[in-house]
Amino acid sequence: MRIPPSYVLKRIGFLVAVLFTAATINFLIPKLAPRDPVQELINQRIASGGLTSEGAAEFRDSLRTLYGLDKPLWQQYLTYIWNTMRFDLGYSIVDYPQRVSTIIGQTVFWTLGFVFTSTILAFLLGTVVGALVGWSKTSKWFSWLMPPLAMFSAIPGFILALVLIYYLAFKAQLFPLRGGYSATIDKDWSNPQFLLDVLHHALLPGLSMLLVSLGGWALGMRSMMVTVEGQDYITFAEAKGLRGSRIFFRYALRNTLLPQVTSLAMQLGLIVSGATLVESIFSYPGIGNRLGGAIRALDYPLIYGIVFFLIVGIALATLIVDLIYPFLDPRISYSGG
Amino acid sequence: MTEPVLQVKNLKVYYYVEAGAVKAVDDVSFDLDFGVKMGLVGESGSGKSTMALALMRMIRPPGKIESGQMILDGMDLVKLSEEKMRQIRLRKLAMIPQGAMNALNPVMRIDRQLVDGMLDHGVVMSKEEREARVGQLLEMVDLAPKVAKMYPHELSGGMQQRVTVAQSISMEPDVIIADEPTSALDVVIQRQVMDTINRLQQRLGLSIILIGHDMGLMAQSVDRLAVMYAGKMMEIGETRAMFRSPLHPYTRLLIESLPVLENKGVFSGIPGITPSLLNPPEGCVFHTRCPKAWDLCREKIPEFAEVQPGRWVACHLHTA
Repeated sequence: MRIPPSYVLKRIGFLVAVLFTAATINFLIPKLAPRDPVQELINQRIASGGLTSEGAAEFRDSLRTLYGLDKPLWQQYLTYIWNTMRFDLGYSIVDYPQRVSTIIGQTVFWTLGFVFTSTILAFLLGTVVGALVGWSKTSKWFSWLMPPLAMFSAIPGFILALVLIYYLAFKAQLFPLRGGYSATIDKDWSNPQFLLDVLHHALLPGLSMLLVSLGGWALGMRSMMVTVEGQDYITFAEAKGLRGSRIFFRYALRNTLLPQVTSLAMQLGLIVSGATLVESIFSYPGIGNRLGGAIRALDYPLIYGIVFFLIVGIALATLIVDLIYPFLDPRISYSGG
Repeated sequence: MTEPVLQVKNLKVYYYVEAGAVKAVDDVSFDLDFGVKMGLVGESGSGKSTMALALMRMIRPPGKIESGQMILDGMDLVKLSEEKMRQIRLRKLAMIPQGAMNALNPVMRIDRQLVDGMLDHGVVMSKEEREARVGQLLEMVDLAPKVAKMYPHELSGGMQQRVTVAQSISMEPDVIIADEPTSALDVVIQRQVMDTINRLQQRLGLSIILIGHDMGLMAQSVDRLAVMYAGKMMEIGETRAMFRSPLHPYTRLLIESLPVLENKGVFSGIPGITPSLLNPPEGCVFHTRCPKAWDLCREKIPEFAEVQPGRWVACHLHTA
């Protein structure tokens, strides 16, 4: 199948519209908070004795000028849009003079590492379990898997994370309590010792993400499997004397995977933001934790930068789903819609 | 006389629900001879589709083949293992499904669907042989070769039904069960598909069980007719003889309910509704609607007996 250029252009146009709208909302919402991040930063500096009250006024004015906070809102907005369009995300207020793009670059891989892995694992495991439970010709024992999975999916991730920390990290001391790596070890990616340490730290946050999302995949898959099993083409496939495995994989699973893959792509777009609370609880050096910190400090450029990054992720995931879906389901064509 | 290709003896298929056993097929017997096309008619809920599924051994829980025999090629299908039965399907006993619009896998091209049935029955084919076989099958059902590379949604209902017909003959089975193969199609397409099935039947020497409720269609296309009512066989005989002189009052009513052009605007149906299969009436199941019912009909189940050569009926009028 060929993708018509007009379709791609249309989708990209749609993507730009989404980005623009989302970026605008992204700009306005933090501005609603009745706080002054610059003043807060200065108060902090004064409290820690790093700044005298005489120098404070001057410092505040220079910071305001630097971040353009002295200008009217509409001017700030235009500057923001213009900079965002050029992917110039500016400097963090709290971590001045760090660039926002640098902070994103440093944190995003930590998040991708454990969230991506746990999302893919949850998708694969959940889909397989759901398919086996939903298909009537498999062992009835599989259905015993559902209640615990449903229970885990009903518990919010951050609660489960706290429970896991308490029992596995605090009581049993099997896992570290917090962080992405031990402070006692050199941060050297070529050192296998360090890699193992990173893995050890990522296991618990990953496990809490995995357990929480596993049930959703399994439940969704099971209900789709039950629906598909009642379809005429399954009955006819059986009347054709096909092997059970072929009916299961080629006829049932192949058809149920369509909606499942859509959800996966959407989930991958949300990957970074989905872990914000879990990362905060584990003090994980990921992008979600960083976003939480930025919101608490009202670090405008950092919030804008990270959220915009997330929006781009979701929009790209949507675009990819739109483009690959006709390959997965021949009934959907590029021409319509 | 040659042995029939398929013999059904005292077949009972029950569905077990909370309120008890629903006797969807109750003590049904018939023979199907080589090369014969037999129609199986009855109202909705008479057990004809259950009959089709039972012959394919595809009754799902809570349904169960309670007892009886289905002898095909010397084997009792009721007793076969699941895997043996799978090998019988399509190779000896094939089905043309009811709803052609949903009978094909929506995400698979037609050629692959036609081929996978053959592959799972141990047919080894090279790529060229597959293409040739698919082309041949499509041609046999009057479909263009380009259909091979199409998806089901790109075909009309009639074309999809032709694909299922092609599928059913792909292993050259002895018996084909066609479960209302044309009920979802308009009359013109219905006619064409039936012509195709008839032609293939003669060409390949198939025996066909054609299930349906359309007495008019049956009159035109089948050699023998079997009439079911409330899970029981009422009458079996040669189609012409049945239409000329129906023995069972139910058969007579079915034939009389066919609209006649001269009596425009007048419909004669059969008053009443089919009885509950959970608690069928005592005696003959049809006595509640039968214009000729008498005392015996309310007390004793009529025996299904051969009253003339090749003519079977379950009615006290003819057997008592």
